[in-house]
Amino acid sequence: MDKVIPGIDEAIKDIPDGATIAVPGFFAAGVPRFLLQAIIRKGIKDLTLTCGCGPLLGAADELKTLVKNGQLKKVIDSYGLFRSASKGMQDSFEQAVRAGEIEFEVYPMGTMAEKYRAAGAGIPAFFTPTGVGSVVEEGVVTNIEDNRRPKETRIIEGRKYVLEYALKPDYAFVHALVGDREGNLRYAKTARNFNHVMATAARTTIAEVEKLVEPGELDGDDIHTPGVYVRRVVKVPRPKFAITID
Amino acid sequence: MSPKIKFRGLSRELIALRVASELEDGTYANLGIGIPTLVSDWIEGRDIVLQSEIGMLKTGPLATGEDIDQDLINASCQPVTELPGSCYFDIAESFGMIRGGHIDVAVMGALQINDRGDYAGWSNPARGLFVGNIGGSMDLCAGARKLFIAMEHTTRDGEYKVVKELSYPATALSKVNMLFTDLAVIEITPKGMVLKEVAPGISAEDVQSVTEPELIVSPDLKEIEL
Repeated sequence: MDKVIPGIDEAIKDIPDGATIAVPGFFAAGVPRFLLQAIIRKGIKDLTLTCGCGPLLGAADELKTLVKNGQLKKVIDSYGLFRSASKGMQDSFEQAVRAGEIEFEVYPMGTMAEKYRAAGAGIPAFFTPTGVGSVVEEGVVTNIEDNRRPKETRIIEGRKYVLEYALKPDYAFVHALVGDREGNLRYAKTARNFNHVMATAARTTIAEVEKLVEPGELDGDDIHTPGVYVRRVVKVPRPKFAITID
Repeated sequence: MSPKIKFRGLSRELIALRVASELEDGTYANLGIGIPTLVSDWIEGRDIVLQSEIGMLKTGPLATGEDIDQDLINASCQPVTELPGSCYFDIAESFGMIRGGHIDVAVMGALQINDRGDYAGWSNPARGLFVGNIGGSMDLCAGARKLFIAMEHTTRDGEYKVVKELSYPATALSKVNMLFTDLAVIEITPKGMVLKEVAPGISAEDVQSVTEPELIVSPDLKEIEL
């Protein structure tokens, strides 16, 4: 089953306006920058990007361009703003969030991880202790007031839990160190982060890989994401970026 | 109301050192951003394993020069190194580990804390945003067996950070066990805040003057040993 697509623009050519795309990466590590650049080139609009921990702070140039081009409708993340308030005021994404032009929805990071895991594993929702006692328990945390839907809670064996829902994006972009033609993937160190769980969650997963190998070259014991989760594979160079979120 | 007094206590590095000495050998710990990150500078050679929620156990010291690997960072986006026995895992596993009660101690920074062990750290209302950076803080509060807060005792302007009631959005309620500041070590008990240690040159009265809730002074009150 050869899933290799010869060019990155071809790999995303069917993505329509209004799509929801999972973007892995933990700040600078493991972000699918080449696929993000491809959606910028294609000019796809009304995008919802579902993240995990600040990949768009890591890919700051790509975020700036997406905001400037008016391509973003909504971003979901656990950590998506500059730490420094004064820097945030200068940031075009934060300005758009303040103006209500882009919706920004926030969950605890472990809840984001579990939302994807649940989606990939056929679980529609789950009770978690995380966020109890905070605004996260009361309702969806978003800058758009009308969308702050209340959340259900339940006491189980004396402890309170919040009901959170699975998150199933239309597409996931993942970045792997090595991939074979059949979509088996292996990540590098902490660049793994959200990549695997997002690959399992999305309806269509597109993997950009730094090294493309033949089936059998990756030892079956060393595969992090089995090929069943991956629809398309595209070869990219090793990205060069600054390891910073400042 | 604010005390507007500033005492000269421990540096951020020495607050971190005092936290490090509270961690027992055999501890699996997770360090948050800020002063907590500095704790890692004081545990070299100790039998303490750092979990980084990005998906790493046994996180090594910060990497410099040629050791920097863009695929190897900690949860504060700093390049780090491996140690013998370091391992990597995906994010759902990482937070399963955290929520599932397998991390002994989480050390976090805070903007406010009260005498019931509630604390606020993820959002400063002065920023004027309802949304903010929650990151992994709430998961660590929900799952770590013990929660330590490491912070400056007052704000830069001398306002209370140790307060009667949180005015900032809470990260978690009734979860904090110990508070380490530049001026004091305080244990949070069902009866309230017990002042256990004071920084050199600082008295219990000094600490109380910059602390809004009433402190219970431990009969064994002593100077912080470093």
